[in-house]
Amino acid sequence: MAIVTESQRSITRAEVHQTITRQSKHLPSLALGVTLLIAVSFTLLTLFALLARIVTQAIPALTEKGSGFLTDTIGSEASKVGIWPGLFGSFGIGLGVLIIAVPLGVGAAIYLEEYAKQNALTRFIVVNIRNLAGVPAVIYGVLGLIIFVGWLKPVTNGGTVIAAALTLAILVLPVVIITSMEAIRAVPLGLRDAGYGIGASRWEVTRDHVIPYAMPGILTGTVLALARALGEAAPLIMIGAITGLLPETSLSGKFTAIPMLIYSWSGRPDSGDSNVGWSNAAAAAGLVLLVLVLAFNIVGILLRNHFEAKRVGS
Amino acid sequence: MANESNESPVFAVKELSVKYGEFRAVRDVTLDIREHEITAFIGPSGCGKTTVLRCLNRMNDFIDSAKVEGLIEYHGVDLYDSDVNPNEVRRRIGMVFQKPNPFPKSIFDNVAYGPRLVGKMSKSDLNDLVEKSLRRAALWDEVKDRLKASALGLSGGQQQRLCIARCIAVEPDVILMDEPCSALDPIATTRIEDLMQEIKKDYTIIIVTHNMQQAARVSDRTAFFTTEVNTQSDRRTGVMVEFDLTQKIFSVPSDERTEAYVTGRFG
Repeated sequence: MAIVTESQRSITRAEVHQTITRQSKHLPSLALGVTLLIAVSFTLLTLFALLARIVTQAIPALTEKGSGFLTDTIGSEASKVGIWPGLFGSFGIGLGVLIIAVPLGVGAAIYLEEYAKQNALTRFIVVNIRNLAGVPAVIYGVLGLIIFVGWLKPVTNGGTVIAAALTLAILVLPVVIITSMEAIRAVPLGLRDAGYGIGASRWEVTRDHVIPYAMPGILTGTVLALARALGEAAPLIMIGAITGLLPETSLSGKFTAIPMLIYSWSGRPDSGDSNVGWSNAAAAAGLVLLVLVLAFNIVGILLRNHFEAKRVGS
Repeated sequence: MANESNESPVFAVKELSVKYGEFRAVRDVTLDIREHEITAFIGPSGCGKTTVLRCLNRMNDFIDSAKVEGLIEYHGVDLYDSDVNPNEVRRRIGMVFQKPNPFPKSIFDNVAYGPRLVGKMSKSDLNDLVEKSLRRAALWDEVKDRLKASALGLSGGQQQRLCIARCIAVEPDVILMDEPCSALDPIATTRIEDLMQEIKKDYTIIIVTHNMQQAARVSDRTAFFTTEVNTQSDRRTGVMVEFDLTQKIFSVPSDERTEAYVTGRFG
């Protein structure tokens, strides 16, 4: 019990008022605020400039071709070119990544977090997966060329959209695994205890509690992985994507993808006798790619919101 | 108070020691848990009482480094025998945790989760079972109009009673409680304690508590644990000092360490 003694100091209202209404005007904090504001503005400005540039560049190509830009095939004249083969290829790659990388990646993450013993071997594997996430895309292109175009030719039929989807699925696999592991690790231990405490098996706890709770985080990783896969051109160059003529699109034939077309078209000289140049076509292709990624992202975000609402039990 | 009887114990624990890697968390625990009694484990932090509790339904299986030595017999069956299915063990020996941990689902689904795992049940049977379990946990009247609402919207005390209802719904034989009231206010605590008294005729209850008054109020028997410093390292190992009728532990303990603890001179 504390002993109450006569206070040695007296506190007056005026003194209190003066101290607690004192405004802090430290120069460093002001400078920090300004710096942060500049950082944010710079980022937004870059984004805006990029969008404005792409849109203004794309307009001539899009007005010239209209919806034909999406449905026509590629060719050698900038004003007549369409991106249908690229759209087909990119959509196929996106779908392939979803079908291959997401189940594999989430499965690996569940195994590493929920089932594997936390020993030196597991840690070694996790460190390696983290390192794989930092390997340059072009290296994965070499891998894809050797494995999916070469060794697995009977399955992929060589440099096809299937080989491309497999290569990019492997490319984003580490990202899916790492983000899924983070999401699974964030599931409260109490939730697992609750399941085990009434006799649920490891799989039942994982299926009914861990995965639903981790789902929003897993989807965030999936969206990031998908955006990365859709934007890569380097591995596609390695496995032989087409930039010339491609009259027919199929799963078993030659293929191309939008980033590939952007890369190729940006480097072509304009003839000058048309108001639509290759730079316009490339910008229009870029715009289509942005919209495609955005569409995948919106689906991902809607799904994430759905699972987040479920997480609070409503 | 408990009456002495010769019936076989629910748990017969003999020379139980638990190691986490090289570190011995608790050693040489020997005690019998009798049916339809409330047994309290008390003692200072780090004395191994929760570790022992989690051995009784094999929750320690999830800690890779944990190694259990000695013998735990549950109705005469060795719990750590190789052909024992730990999930079935936990179905019969339920657990309520320190922090209320309802599933992020509706109140109904929380209680129905366990029964649904066991097997298909008709809708009306399931409804009856959920109602019965919630009634037993003294929660029915408060939630009967909002069974479809999220369990996370309940107060802490209600959540803990929901966890008890969820545990009861799988019709266990034993309920292990790991400091079930430490996150609750005194009123909610009283309700849980009343509930324990009410359900002990159907279940055998073991409670770990930091609150000595709680142990004195609710339990029939009390095991007092403490820590002793290892000679080779500065880490502490838990030991069970004394296990007896609660009345004796709190009035005439036979060990002076117990007396020091229950009178508040230590810990």
